[in-house]
Amino acid sequence: MRKIRTYKDVTHDTGSGLLEQVVDQQHRLADRLALVRSVVAVASGKGGVGKSAITANLAAALAGRGLAVGAVDADLNGPSLARMLGVSGARLADRASGVEPAESPSGVRVMSMEFLQQEEDAPLRWREPEMGRFIWQSTLETGVLREFLGDVEWGELDVLLVDVPPGTDKIARLLELVPELDQMLMVTTPSETSRFVVSKSVRMAREAAVGTVALVANMVGHTCPECGHVSELFMGDGVKRLEEESGVPVWAQIPFDPRFGAATDSGTPLVITDPDAPSCHAILALADRVEEQIGIRGRDAVEEVGS
Amino acid sequence: MKFLCVECDKVMDFAERQIPGDGTLAAVFTCGSCDREIAMLTNPMETQLISSLGVKIGGREVPAQPMELARTSLEGGRDDAFVLSEDIPLASGESATPGEGASAGTATVGRVVWTPEATGRLERVPSFVRGMVKRIYTDWAREKGVSEITPESMDRARTELGLEGM
Repeated sequence: MRKIRTYKDVTHDTGSGLLEQVVDQQHRLADRLALVRSVVAVASGKGGVGKSAITANLAAALAGRGLAVGAVDADLNGPSLARMLGVSGARLADRASGVEPAESPSGVRVMSMEFLQQEEDAPLRWREPEMGRFIWQSTLETGVLREFLGDVEWGELDVLLVDVPPGTDKIARLLELVPELDQMLMVTTPSETSRFVVSKSVRMAREAAVGTVALVANMVGHTCPECGHVSELFMGDGVKRLEEESGVPVWAQIPFDPRFGAATDSGTPLVITDPDAPSCHAILALADRVEEQIGIRGRDAVEEVGS
Repeated sequence: MKFLCVECDKVMDFAERQIPGDGTLAAVFTCGSCDREIAMLTNPMETQLISSLGVKIGGREVPAQPMELARTSLEGGRDDAFVLSEDIPLASGESATPGEGASAGTATVGRVVWTPEATGRLERVPSFVRGMVKRIYTDWAREKGVSEITPESMDRARTELGLEGM
């Protein structure tokens, strides 16, 4: 039998230019993110735990402190972040160097698939052949997310938040694009089912050596607005178990507050309109941790001493 | 992806790329030793997979444009999603700022002039990708020292740049 050489044996370039183009894509993304101090993913693996509402409130809280904040809605199929930050329907300035993101009233620069779709109720569809979609769809959507990160003129940012849709595959997709992710906030609830699902994402993030992984427990109890009685929404100690089993710290415990969702539905995060709400105290405490972790507070202190 | 001429034990060189229709992508490779040619033909799914990577076999004639993959792949793109910024010449009836009007007719940027006929043809391009397409033609004209963009020069650019469907 003849011995055919392997791909790696053959060092001669064919001139098809594929590898060079992929490398060029990576360079464009890296160059864009070089102006971003910290990329922070808000993920879970589990759906319906409040990732987008937490992202919107966290972004607004950080921007309210004078930080330059960007937010990418990585959920191409069910975008909601633009709506929650009050920039639904924004138009994007088209420049040769990139697309200008929308800017929310709270000062957050936003990119979302919602800006690109004509009809509000239209499901995400690609022009390409329906047949064999499973072969190329993930590749295409990863490429579009790469463009959301790398083809948008974010400018200099202190923090770029990425709202990651459910599914550990979506976390893997982001890690492929941004292998040196600074922080990943894993949103969970006290339920056992949430613990079960989120534990897989936590493991993935830790194995990928994400800079910092922390848990954000959402819908932890509900305070009756009439009598002040605190009741549990979920039976179980899923958050505590997840913390103990994974060794990942809990950075915030956000109580359920119907106004939290109502505020993002109206396009103004609650942290803007009612920062004294218990849920917003938790968001602000989370913002403290995020800031501390990326060293912004430390930097500011040094600048103050030096001035 | 590499093609090896087994007889010569040499890697074949990319020679030509064509899109003959029905979703087929044809890439021709040649053996530099024996001049044998082969054509790789992909089915629509394979063509789409390559396209989904945002790459072109044989290299790019035009630099990658911002959000190119999203703009060229999305079904039902919003007509007014993008606002043409000041570095892109305006087509008649388009405006740099939402709500502002723009005079119809010839548009210029630097020494590049778009004739009304060329502008009219460009206006038939879906607005979702029009800014990107206009930039490609304008950059081509600047590079070639073409001072006036006409439908004929657009045809020439399409051929030279391999702009299928633009």
